[in-house]
Amino acid sequence: MSGPLSAPNPTTQPTASSEALSGGFADASIDSAYAFRTLLDVMARPGLIGRLAAAKAPAPASVSMATALLTLCDSTTPLFLAASHATPALKDWIAFHLGAPLTNNPAEAVFAAGSWDSLGEVGRFALGSDDYPDRSTTLLIETEHLMNEGLRLTGPGIATSTALSLPQHWLPALQANHRLYPQGVDFFFCFGEAIAALPRSTLVEAG
Amino acid sequence: MSTLVREHYNFAYLDEHTKRMIRRALLKGVAIPGYQVPFASREMPMPYGWGTGGVQVSAACMVPDDRVKVIDQGADDTTNAISIRKFFERTAGVALTERTAEATLIQTRHRIPEHPLSEGQILVYQVPIPEPLRFLEPRETETRKMHALSEYGLMHVKLYEDISQHGEIATSYAYPAEVNGRHVFDPSPIPKFDNPKLDNAPALQLFGAGREQRIYAVPPYTRVRSLDFEDYPFVAARAEHQCALCGALHTYLDEVIIDDEGGRMFVCSDTDYCNERQQANQETGNDAG
Ligand SMILES: [Zn+2]
Repeated sequence: MSGPLSAPNPTTQPTASSEALSGGFADASIDSAYAFRTLLDVMARPGLIGRLAAAKAPAPASVSMATALLTLCDSTTPLFLAASHATPALKDWIAFHLGAPLTNNPAEAVFAAGSWDSLGEVGRFALGSDDYPDRSTTLLIETEHLMNEGLRLTGPGIATSTALSLPQHWLPALQANHRLYPQGVDFFFCFGEAIAALPRSTLVEAG
Repeated sequence: MSTLVREHYNFAYLDEHTKRMIRRALLKGVAIPGYQVPFASREMPMPYGWGTGGVQVSAACMVPDDRVKVIDQGADDTTNAISIRKFFERTAGVALTERTAEATLIQTRHRIPEHPLSEGQILVYQVPIPEPLRFLEPRETETRKMHALSEYGLMHVKLYEDISQHGEIATSYAYPAEVNGRHVFDPSPIPKFDNPKLDNAPALQLFGAGREQRIYAVPPYTRVRSLDFEDYPFVAARAEHQCALCGALHTYLDEVIIDDEGGRMFVCSDTDYCNERQQANQETGNDAG
């Protein structure tokens, strides 16, 4: 078995390149189980850097981003693809493996993927409502590197404090998001096979 | 994992679409500790009341090399615990254990193990009624509003009525607590003796309510404060007895009837912990009594 049930039949996609058809999970239910456990682990322990390498998408999507998308997205989750990642090859890969509808409206995106600059203001995305703070976008963002240094993180999931190598100039937006708690978006940061998370519950300060 | 397992079931029984839906709910639950995330609960091959919410959460988190423990009120050997354990063995091919310290994933009904949990572990609670305000306000639209506005006065009134009637807070199970300084939640019907273990725990705690279709979570190292009053502070009560089998004075005890004449004794509710202590007592020659 490969790909979600909702994925379009490849025979109806004559334009799909071989790149679009490859790079999925070798064994969907096992690979996704391990990948989700890592995603759960890093979301439960902000700053923890996990490794995801079970899927491969066309550039510029990192391996960890491809694996996270394949684990979490399907036909029920509108995906906002930032301009940095809105390449025909990656769109084809998403259409074939995820079947997730692409949306141009960040406020209706369940997931959003791309570079920080290209994704734009955090406030454009779904922030959840008073009654349903969970109905907010999860952003997957490519980073230049991922190490436990730099910005200081405290909050649920963190015993004392930890650090994550995010650019200093992201700080105001990350802090503004935290101030919306319990509303706000949640982040995954991707670099190569590495992935880390920053839920809205985390207080971020200058390192 | 045997090929037999894979021929007849998708890994851990649930189809991939359902697991993705549950997994997305779990991530939001972790991001908003104590907040109840709605999810579309599936029919499971066991009746409601048998922990279908917990089973779905466990199945969505499980990996093939997990070592799974299932407890029912502290015991590994009840019909309920055994059938859930066998379900995971059959559908996910995972290893089973009764030892708390060896387990990577523990599904529980109404207890937190006595053995301190560690960072690598996940504790999944079976939840019958996830809404702590349900007995005070039956309307979901109203309770949702109360959570949105942090309007928890009604809950404090209820606990205070306890005090005026009984001279103390009589609520002894499913004792409400505030998570991460924001959401009041129901820790499932664990004895309030277990409430302090929820607080700042190294393990990840996940809660699944099947019939009520809610998932919530307490990440590791998260503040969980049992509700109380300045003049009536929270007390983690236990029966003032000693375990008749292992001699423990610090564990949660069950009162069991031992003969037809109504003879009773108190024993640890956590059978694995009690067995461990009995073995250690034997090795050191200590008498339990
Ligand atoms: Zn005992």
